[in-house]
Amino acid sequence: MWDHLKFRHGVHPPELKELTARIAIRRVPYPDEVVLPLRQHAGKPARPVVKAGDRVERGDVLAEPDGYVSTPVHASAAGTVEQICLWPHPDGSYAPAVRIAVDRYSPQAPRPRLVPDWTRLEPPELVEAIRQAGVVGLGGAAFPTHVKLAPPKDQVVDTVLINGCECEPYLTTDHRTMVEYPERVHLGMRIMMRCLGAKRAMIGIELNKPDAIAAIRRTLPSDLDVTVLGLEVKYPQGAEKMLIKALLDREVPSGKLPLHVGVVVQNVASAATIAEVFETGLPLVERIVTVTGRGVKRPSNLIVPVGMKLRDLIDACGGFTADAREIVFGGPMMGFAQAHLDTPLVKGTSGVVVLAAAETKPTVSYPCIRCGHCLDSCPVFLNPQLLGQLALKERWEEMETNHLADCMLCGCCGYTCPSNIPLPQLFALAKAALRRRPTPV
Amino acid sequence: MSTPSLLITASPHLAAGDSTPKIMWTVVASLAPIVAVATYFFGPSALLVVAAATAGAVVIERAFDRRGTLRDGSAVITGVLLGLTLPAGLPLWMAFTGGVFGIAIGKLVFGGLGQNVFNPALLGRAFLQAAFPVAMTTWPVPAAGGWWSLRGDIFALPFASPRALETVTGATPLGRMKFDHQATPLLDLVLGTTSGSLGETSGLLILLCGGYLALRNYLNWRIPASIFAVVAIVATGLHALDPARYPGAAFMLFSGGLMLGAMYMATDLVTSPVTNPGCWIFGAAIGLLVVVIRIWGGLAEGVMYSILIVNAFVPLLNRWTQPRLFGSAGLTVRS
Repeated sequence: MWDHLKFRHGVHPPELKELTARIAIRRVPYPDEVVLPLRQHAGKPARPVVKAGDRVERGDVLAEPDGYVSTPVHASAAGTVEQICLWPHPDGSYAPAVRIAVDRYSPQAPRPRLVPDWTRLEPPELVEAIRQAGVVGLGGAAFPTHVKLAPPKDQVVDTVLINGCECEPYLTTDHRTMVEYPERVHLGMRIMMRCLGAKRAMIGIELNKPDAIAAIRRTLPSDLDVTVLGLEVKYPQGAEKMLIKALLDREVPSGKLPLHVGVVVQNVASAATIAEVFETGLPLVERIVTVTGRGVKRPSNLIVPVGMKLRDLIDACGGFTADAREIVFGGPMMGFAQAHLDTPLVKGTSGVVVLAAAETKPTVSYPCIRCGHCLDSCPVFLNPQLLGQLALKERWEEMETNHLADCMLCGCCGYTCPSNIPLPQLFALAKAALRRRPTPV
Repeated sequence: MSTPSLLITASPHLAAGDSTPKIMWTVVASLAPIVAVATYFFGPSALLVVAAATAGAVVIERAFDRRGTLRDGSAVITGVLLGLTLPAGLPLWMAFTGGVFGIAIGKLVFGGLGQNVFNPALLGRAFLQAAFPVAMTTWPVPAAGGWWSLRGDIFALPFASPRALETVTGATPLGRMKFDHQATPLLDLVLGTTSGSLGETSGLLILLCGGYLALRNYLNWRIPASIFAVVAIVATGLHALDPARYPGAAFMLFSGGLMLGAMYMATDLVTSPVTNPGCWIFGAAIGLLVVVIRIWGGLAEGVMYSILIVNAFVPLLNRWTQPRLFGSAGLTVRS
């Protein structure tokens, strides 16, 4: 078929990855304080199990999962719990968080612990171990990984897709992970295949990362059915539905999960984290993150304890340049602009982009001129033009009938809009308004 | 560490680099060669007529301007395009009035940029056609008299009858074909050495200027493509039936306002469909109407009315051609 190994529409933003693509990952010194929000995953926030004054070691549980779609939160540094209070959250709100004053001279060694031998564990035990380690999707959405790895009994998963696209401009987190830790990606993939009973795996990597493709190919395990495929460099290639379409030519039905077509997608960083859990026994307490943009002096790829504050992170990268203007958590296409330098980095933060004044977008909007560029870019074939006009009139219900729920807020429409209408923001607003709507009795 | 004053905006934080004013002013720039060629053929009157129509459009836009909408360039496009649809000898006050009408009734009453249903320039022209039918169909022959001589009493006072100047006027190629059954050499049509409105002359140049916009994705190429295809197919078919009565495809394509209409009027972003299938249907319907009006209608030229009529169907076309949602195969799609 003519559209095999591709998805239709999408956009080609500038890649801007050259700032950090060749810089090796380095570890940052521990800051004086880490702040761990209780909500670092999609689903219900975790329930705190520590109180002010408690002494915690690195890797200790601070909060337990509340329900099935929830994950625990662990101390990312040894120290003393100062307070559990409202704190700036990367999503822009204030949310409950555990503040830990970090021991200044601690070696930050975790408590001795038993490392489970994954080869002897049954799939349910593996999934539970991954859950107890607080693993979430590290690509940005932070969906609890254990939920994806334990599908309902009637769903057969034939393929595990490992997502190494990293289609967001600027970010090189997954890129460097694949270059420096390809074996971990493979081990994580192997464990996930065991959890799901999948016979086959595929690793999709955008073609702008030839060194990552080479590293992954070089270390490919010979006993597994794994295919490594280079993919067209196009945004949003890393969106689950687009990746499945490109790699397998399967279309996930509207309103359904990838499971429905027998696929589970996991980001390479998540795979590497799962491997780490079974290598060291340490839960998810640190992650690799790209700090980049022309507004920061020393763009870097860092291993950062979860909960490190933006201020400390920027310090570790040499500070702001004189023309730094906007700080975005995540990539520039879907990320959130930050208002506080005290905002902590959370598990799902895949990058910190500091935009210089010249890189920021103009804030002035014009009326819609119906050019149709948004329709030509929408990867799920919505009509963003119509949805945008409805949103401006607050006609939320009509937006719902025009498939607002299928919008994944990828930002393609807003990127192409010549009138600079904040379409993704309007759609997020509409989704929130529809969620708040009282349920009919 | 110095703390920058932080900007908070919504994602995406990158933009493709096109902006509405940039698109509009690029369209204006792409019209400059067409105006220049019209001036070459018709002398300074061409420039004056275009300037008068543009002045009318700009003055009324400015009068209603509360949000700096003049800077987006859309009023200038309307004015220049209207000017290009007028004959060189039209009194300037009429051209000015056409610009005022086009913007006021064609755009501002609908709510300004992006809200209008009909192409404002064509609405302005339709108004002039209805109000001043004689002046609108007096076609000075290019290069009659010296280049500097004016082509008609263009400085006539409002509501005074224009003096009949000693200028040679001639019928347009379409008029000659329709009423006298005389053909015009194709080369004259392509290069523009014929009589007609300012922008009805060099088809080749309009094709080039519009093609540039299509390459920049500032107009949807599907619209002119489908107009040309339908006009060519229908005209060829009719020509094969009765060559003496029906002109061939090349004549139909390069005569009259078809080029300007297909490249610049029908492709007006605001008044054309947003969906690509909608654009194909939109163009095809215009092409069909153009042939029907030209051959069987009472007028020699039908591009203006064809586009205005199909403009009215754009909301319907958009509705009919909504994109098929990703992953909706086999699902019932609610409309």
